Amino acid sequence: MMSAPTASPSEIEATQPTRRNQELGLLIFAWFVGTAALAIVGVGTGEGLPDRFWLTLGVTAGAGLIAHGVVRALAPYAEPIMLPTAFLLNLLGLAMIYRLDIAASQRAVENGSPEPTPESLGQLTWTIVGIGLLCVILLIVRDHRKLQRYTYISLLLGVLLLLMPLFPIIGHTVNGATLWIKIGPFTYQPGELAKIVLTIFMAGYLVIHRDSLANVRRKVLGISLPRLRDTGPLLGAWVLALAIMAFEQDLGTAVIFFGLFVAMVYVATQRFGWVVLGAGMFLVGATLLYLTFDHVRVRVEIWLDPFQYANDSGFQIVQSLYGLANGGMFGTGLGQGYPQLVPFASSDFILAAFGEELGLTGIMALLLLYGILVQRGLRTALSCRDVFGRLLASGLSVVFALQVFVVAGGVTKLIPMTGLTTPFLSAGGSALIANWIMIGLLLRISDITRRPPPAGSRELTPPPQKVTPS
Amino acid sequence: MSKALTRVAGACAILLIAVIANLTYIQIFKADEYRSASGNARSILQEYSRDRGPILVGREAVAKSIETGGDLKYLRRYSNGPLFAPATGFYSLVYGATGIERTENSVLAGTDDRLLFDRLQQLIAGRDPKGGLVSLGLDAGAQKAAFEGLAGRKGAVVALEPRTGKILAMAQSPSFDPNKLSSNDSEEIQRYYKELTSNPEEPLLNRPLASSSPPGSTFKIVVAATALESGQFTPQSVIPGPARYTLPGTTTQLRNASGTACGPSGEVTLTEALVVSCNTAFAWLANQLGDDAIRAQAERFGFGTSFEVPMPAAAGRYPTDLDDAQTALSGIGQFDVRATALNMAQVVAGVAQAGAVMYPYLVTEISSPEKTVLDTTAPETFGQAVTATTAQQLTEMMVQVVDRGTGSNGSISGVRVAGKTGTAENGENQPNTVWFTSFAPAASPEVAVAVVLEKSGGSGNALAAPIARAVMESVLGR
Repeated sequence: MMSAPTASPSEIEATQPTRRNQELGLLIFAWFVGTAALAIVGVGTGEGLPDRFWLTLGVTAGAGLIAHGVVRALAPYAEPIMLPTAFLLNLLGLAMIYRLDIAASQRAVENGSPEPTPESLGQLTWTIVGIGLLCVILLIVRDHRKLQRYTYISLLLGVLLLLMPLFPIIGHTVNGATLWIKIGPFTYQPGELAKIVLTIFMAGYLVIHRDSLANVRRKVLGISLPRLRDTGPLLGAWVLALAIMAFEQDLGTAVIFFGLFVAMVYVATQRFGWVVLGAGMFLVGATLLYLTFDHVRVRVEIWLDPFQYANDSGFQIVQSLYGLANGGMFGTGLGQGYPQLVPFASSDFILAAFGEELGLTGIMALLLLYGILVQRGLRTALSCRDVFGRLLASGLSVVFALQVFVVAGGVTKLIPMTGLTTPFLSAGGSALIANWIMIGLLLRISDITRRPPPAGSRELTPPPQKVTPS
Repeated sequence: MSKALTRVAGACAILLIAVIANLTYIQIFKADEYRSASGNARSILQEYSRDRGPILVGREAVAKSIETGGDLKYLRRYSNGPLFAPATGFYSLVYGATGIERTENSVLAGTDDRLLFDRLQQLIAGRDPKGGLVSLGLDAGAQKAAFEGLAGRKGAVVALEPRTGKILAMAQSPSFDPNKLSSNDSEEIQRYYKELTSNPEEPLLNRPLASSSPPGSTFKIVVAATALESGQFTPQSVIPGPARYTLPGTTTQLRNASGTACGPSGEVTLTEALVVSCNTAFAWLANQLGDDAIRAQAERFGFGTSFEVPMPAAAGRYPTDLDDAQTALSGIGQFDVRATALNMAQVVAGVAQAGAVMYPYLVTEISSPEKTVLDTTAPETFGQAVTATTAQQLTEMMVQVVDRGTGSNGSISGVRVAGKTGTAENGENQPNTVWFTSFAPAASPEVAVAVVLEKSGGSGNALAAPIARAVMESVLGR
């Protein structure tokens, strides 16, 4: 039962503008905003232009132009707003990481301790790698529908990636969370890539099984509940999420996986009953975790009254709130607040740093950038003509949305704190390159969607999935 | 699928709105509460990042901020910490601020409304905000004389300018070093603070303003004033001054310090009673006048009022609901009568200023960072304690105390000094607290001073009078 595509073939026949120039314009604008932020950081901290200022400008300009060129060549009909939005977020993140580097270096000078390794240098490298991978994705994945072939390989790969931190030798634990693998000097969070491959798996799986999942056994209170024997996959995702939590102590990723799966099942089946069931299972799971894990309990207690633990376990969130309050409506200005007082300001709490220095206005602007990104992603899903592409695009968009919500909600004490990175902003290569890969996939899906049919052909390329009659 | 996707988009929008609503709540509505939360290092860091204005004594900045180039951009330094500590107070990362640092914080921090125009100018000129200047009326020489005189003892000195009520000196011993409480090293601050608070001598107590002791015989000035004001007595009135006075309603006998009668006949003039500090005469006199009259007179001298100088000072106390025996004891500044150095300095300053008691004040001027005077303190009269005639009579009597009586060590050659000694008992096995309070020159007073040495033993004339003399000499330029 496939719903009607929103874009009819006749519309697509009309000459589609590629809108590449619009993208270029927005990229240049984003680059100037990022450059300004970087320069203001230097002025605000009173340290003059940051180290590697010109290098950063050159490298980011080059990376932006190359990405644009690759998109122009390989995905000419791609949606034009997502790339500049992600680019702008990436540049603003870099500026804030520079700003926190300056604070760390000032502190080191004051204490007479050795100069710390600047995080911005790594972040700049990861930015190049991330944008490079975006290009590689566009080069390799010429048609996202081909990814559907790798449905079960994706599942295996995803589970493998998730399990990697638990392997001996390469597994690596930081602050109680076993999320990293360490090979030589490099640490990597394979869970970030797992998000992508598992989204591919779910999309592929749901294309095949959505009909049986959409079958309704009974209605309870007007809500159609799925058949018990069809709940297997959901149960599987639930167990997986709990396992991530139990073995890797990563509450945030667990929440995102489960939320992603429920959202994708709902999109695939249109049955709200899955959401109800998912919410119920979430509550049961959350209760189980609360009762079983001390550190989950601690997090909930901190959330309920952080000020009671202001000097120990609640220190981070309390400092975050103080920072946000210090920022107020318009912020202290870049380089003029004290975001370095929040532990992990450059990674998990980078939104608090923005909230302090750019104020409510600035952090709202950032959140709206994410809103645009998610909206463009869901729009791509909506206009996509094949079910796999739809599910994949909506899944990737939901990952962004959930990730931003879980982080922003945690930093602002709306929900309990979970350690997660903010897409594109936070320092950390694993998340950054995964995010760029996700943008690459979304660009590819939108390119295929908006691409006019090849000359002479009046038929659309048939999507390679089983089409069930409505 | 479209419907579900639209709903997912709607759900994402709701999440976004929830986060933004929560941010608005935190950054707008809860912001003030969080900013002023006690554990919020940001507010302190922010204050420390401002060029806080100096506290001036004369032209010298006794407290000023110097740049450090560190996380805390400025460091508060006190040029002569322990000397001026009772006035300046401290400005601490950990323990907040006290003294002028606290009461004049808005000026020093530059947030005071009177500095609005300067703030605007700094903003337009793109300069870092600076704090205003606070000038104190302290006389550096007198302050130093008082502080050095107190060295090694427990006590306080307050000197006033009788005409205005301006505080010329407020010193204490033991004192503390505000530099160590205002450093940028919170561990050092905490260590020093603990050291101070565990010291039984309480160096952090503001003795000039807040440490009350029985005033002993210095309170006889108040009783003598009551007598003269009552119209029933003149300085020449002859009153009984026996060797012993039986407290009314008891069998307890009050003795003179000398153990003998104050005059050969057991009777003395009021002047003579003050000159020799005759306990029996003043006990008798207090019973004649009654506690209500003495209390009213004490209150006209400022007892019972908490002055803000601008730090709040303890009110002098004359007890209520007294029986006759207690009234007799209170007449010689014992029982539950309590006074600080400031309280007694106000009494003699009132006598010196023809009976007019002024509001005491420490801050003379507020200036902008560019040293433009923005506000000058105008002296204010608290009230007329006694008539000019009474004041004149009291002055003459007190001059004789120094010239030929118990206060000989208060005398300065070539200057007529009016003074009064005091020795107060603190109960069994406790050393006496001694006082000396005086003003000079008697004809046109420029300085009134009160010195108290808590539980020092000895006598006011031997221990306290030399300190008062040194302070007066310093103010008079001798």
